[in-house]
Amino acid sequence: MKYFISILCFSVFSFVQSQNCSSTFSGEVHDFHDGTPIINATIFIENLNKYTTTDVNGQFSINDLCNDVIKIEVSHLACETKKMDVTIDGDTYLEINLEHHIEALSEVEVKSVNTSKLTKTTQETILKSETIDRFSSLNLGDALKQISGVSSINTGSTIVKPVINGLHSSRIIVMTNGVRLQDQEWGIEHAPNIDLNTAGSINVIKGANALAYGGDAIGGVIVVKPSKISLKDSLYGKTIITGHSNGRGYNLNSSLTKTYKKGWYLGAQASLKRFGDFEAPDYSLTNTGLNTKGFSVNGGFKTFEKGFNISYSYLDNEIGILRSSHIGNVNDLVNAINSPEPSVIENFSYDINAPKQEVTHQIFKTEFYKRFKKFGRVDIQYDYQNNHRYEYDIRVGDDKDKPAVDLTLKTHTLKTNVKLDSKSNVTYQFGVNASFQNNFADPTTGVRRLIPDYDKYDLGTYVISSLRLNNDINLDFGLRYDFNQIDAKKFYRTSSWEERGYDTDFPDLVIDDLGTQLLVNPVLNYHNVSASAGISYQLNDSSDFIFNYGLSNRAPNASELFSDGLHHSAARIELGDLRIKQETSNRVSGTYNYKNEALTLNIEAFYNHISDYIFIEPIGTTQTIRGAFPVWSYNQTNASLYGLDLTANYSFNNQWYINNKSSFIKGRDLTRNDALIDMPSTKTVNSIGYTNKKWLNLNTELQSELVFRQNDYPNNNFEVYNPTTDQMVLVDVSTTPPTYHLLHLQSNITLNISEKTNLNIGLNITNIFNTDYRENLNRSRYFADDLARNIMLQLQLNY
Amino acid sequence: MKNLKQLSLILLAAIAFVSCSNDDDATDNPVPVNEEEVITTLTATLTPVGGGTEITLQKQDSDGDGPDDAVITVSSPLAIGTTYNVSLELLNETESPAESINEEIEEEDDEHQFFYTATNDVATFAYVDFDGDGNPLGLEFTLTTADVASTGNITIELQHLPNKSAEGVSDGDSTNAGGETDVMAIFPIVVE
Repeated sequence: MKYFISILCFSVFSFVQSQNCSSTFSGEVHDFHDGTPIINATIFIENLNKYTTTDVNGQFSINDLCNDVIKIEVSHLACETKKMDVTIDGDTYLEINLEHHIEALSEVEVKSVNTSKLTKTTQETILKSETIDRFSSLNLGDALKQISGVSSINTGSTIVKPVINGLHSSRIIVMTNGVRLQDQEWGIEHAPNIDLNTAGSINVIKGANALAYGGDAIGGVIVVKPSKISLKDSLYGKTIITGHSNGRGYNLNSSLTKTYKKGWYLGAQASLKRFGDFEAPDYSLTNTGLNTKGFSVNGGFKTFEKGFNISYSYLDNEIGILRSSHIGNVNDLVNAINSPEPSVIENFSYDINAPKQEVTHQIFKTEFYKRFKKFGRVDIQYDYQNNHRYEYDIRVGDDKDKPAVDLTLKTHTLKTNVKLDSKSNVTYQFGVNASFQNNFADPTTGVRRLIPDYDKYDLGTYVISSLRLNNDINLDFGLRYDFNQIDAKKFYRTSSWEERGYDTDFPDLVIDDLGTQLLVNPVLNYHNVSASAGISYQLNDSSDFIFNYGLSNRAPNASELFSDGLHHSAARIELGDLRIKQETSNRVSGTYNYKNEALTLNIEAFYNHISDYIFIEPIGTTQTIRGAFPVWSYNQTNASLYGLDLTANYSFNNQWYINNKSSFIKGRDLTRNDALIDMPSTKTVNSIGYTNKKWLNLNTELQSELVFRQNDYPNNNFEVYNPTTDQMVLVDVSTTPPTYHLLHLQSNITLNISEKTNLNIGLNITNIFNTDYRENLNRSRYFADDLARNIMLQLQLNY
Repeated sequence: MKNLKQLSLILLAAIAFVSCSNDDDATDNPVPVNEEEVITTLTATLTPVGGGTEITLQKQDSDGDGPDDAVITVSSPLAIGTTYNVSLELLNETESPAESINEEIEEEDDEHQFFYTATNDVATFAYVDFDGDGNPLGLEFTLTTADVASTGNITIELQHLPNKSAEGVSDGDSTNAGGETDVMAIFPIVVE
């Protein structure tokens, strides 16, 4: 009864109130970041069509409101518009926080056109989704070559490792969906395990200036980001189907994302890729097929203030390696180099036989962030990666189907990042990364372990500050410290242990003596300091400059420390060295950007001095039952790399344009005063393009790619005895292939099928004239020509 | 506050995860790999047709791809104008007892072939054993020395996956054989 009365009382009370319609709704509007009042913000009551604006103190008030739920919209120039429901119950007071950072805003609001740069004072380039989609059926390395100064080091055409300003493998960090890829990146024939179709945009930062990602990226950082999620009720996706004439390849990729206005989202993506034997202009490249399966799911909640994300991705790559590149000894290598054709040429097949590799990579990630008023943003992330790598060699008897390499690399990473952005002209960022990695080499392969079992611990911490001095000048400073420990257990042949002099230098490491083998337990610690400083200066509306400096240290990887055995396709014995220290890079760079209506120009120059640069060089030969083999050992020297990258675009009108991308680089071994091995050739790509919106949005571009012969290379040639001819013969592993020129065509049209659906049809022809060529940085160049003409047809449905 | 709690919960879970996996993996030592396809030793036993002292030619590399060089031994000079029946034995001596590789080669005789060459015409060779297709294998062969006193090198090679039907290959010429070399042994020979 009491309840009834009180309910009644309340009802009467509210009835009276609503009849009055004399409530006042007042409040204050503040900047979310620093709490300052926002002047001139509009408060609009949608259902009553009333509005007011805030005064100099950010305060507002609206009179004569009935007690009811009202819908308000708070907006301000350059701010995120905020919609909310407010219950008016008598005089009501409300404090409203608006977000006024446009950049951060675009991150939340804009879908798939998120092409914001990650840094302001580094040499950073962005690949947008349109470019990435074109490479849907290819791989990361191929797509990145669109950037001037980025090249690739290949094994055939399917194992493509990106090279940034002459540096690759462990000197490059690859981030995918916020996770640092840990996939045995040390080997030349280990390509990054990333499905390009998971990328919405890719940022490439040259040099080690993005310290939040790591301190050891002497070459640079590649940041692969998924498409951005929009905060609206929507269901969208795309499907890409591609067919290739060369390799008779096909590719299918499909993705679907559901988003909700409130911030929830769920997305899934799957791709399938299959190629058979590729072709050079004159013959089939036997056993070069590819079979890729991948999928990813991604879900979470996202608003400006807080959010979380859980994602999982799976990628399985089965990659054939040119049959003829599997050789027995140096004499076989001489025959391969001197023979105009590969030794094994068979008819086309989709079969992938040994030699081949099969790699599965799984990433699980969970991430959480929250923004705090007048403070900034806190991110915390945990990820787990599992990389399982099989390599199959040509073997005999019972071992035929057994892998020769069976490595499982597991990595756990926990990281936090705090960004203080409450002041509009200066932001601070600091964070901690901790990771644990375990490598397990399965001994049942019947082949000595290429990489030993090890545990690796990394702990890193960094501070970065970004200062906006005025509208024209930005300054960045960063400092990072990393500790790495690698705790390995490795079997050495007693003879190898002694030959390397380890018995005198590291006698205490031996934990077990098996007679011909020793089990040793090296525990190696590295302390690395990295620093970065940069300035960007906007000279006028059309010109700006960027200068920066980066100091970075990289600890040696497992391959540089522990390699110990025969590398089949190179016909050489490769040895690591436990004494190797970290290498230190000092890099300075300058960038000039010019932009007017017709011309855009970007010139990037760099000088990178690397002390104790880790590289591999021949040190002698050894006699085995298979014959004599050259022995290559990891060593350290002082090196310098310098170069110039140019990108220019000139539009004659809104239909015709020409474009040039050129890069020039030199690498010197300063101690020996010799060239560095494996430096990219000077390259220039010129294109002419035509676009016409009226002709079904036609884009077409003819591209001329000119790659000059690399004239600077160290001479690592040697002689070997040929018993058939009773003569010494030269093993020419150094001489570089000649200059080559290729012509490519790209074109596409877009058909609008319905309001929200369009179909993009693309036709690309690479190597139009079917030119014979060999690329210096392709390991298969000793054995066969590079790819013949390829015609690719691609259908992309966006819905 | 609630969020901070959630945050610390995630942190805790992650740390627990990391430390657990840490414990699993670091406990015991790895087991040594039992190398399966290594050939450490090639021995050619030469028996003179019509009787006489056996001669052995051996190449032995007990540490495989390790730094120790292979050791070549020739037990004695060969006699002028003599035909020897030669049989080859291949061993993996990293195992104990040593494993004979001959069996594997015989089982896959169509995928293997030995080739012999001599410098300074110190000897000529003829295949004795053949695979199922009638192509030479070469674990057994005859060696006939020169009619004059001379010195030179005899090379014995084992090719895996040669193209046996290529020109000259069945006659013992490896030029067009392709394949990859599993064994290459060069013996300095004196004929007297």
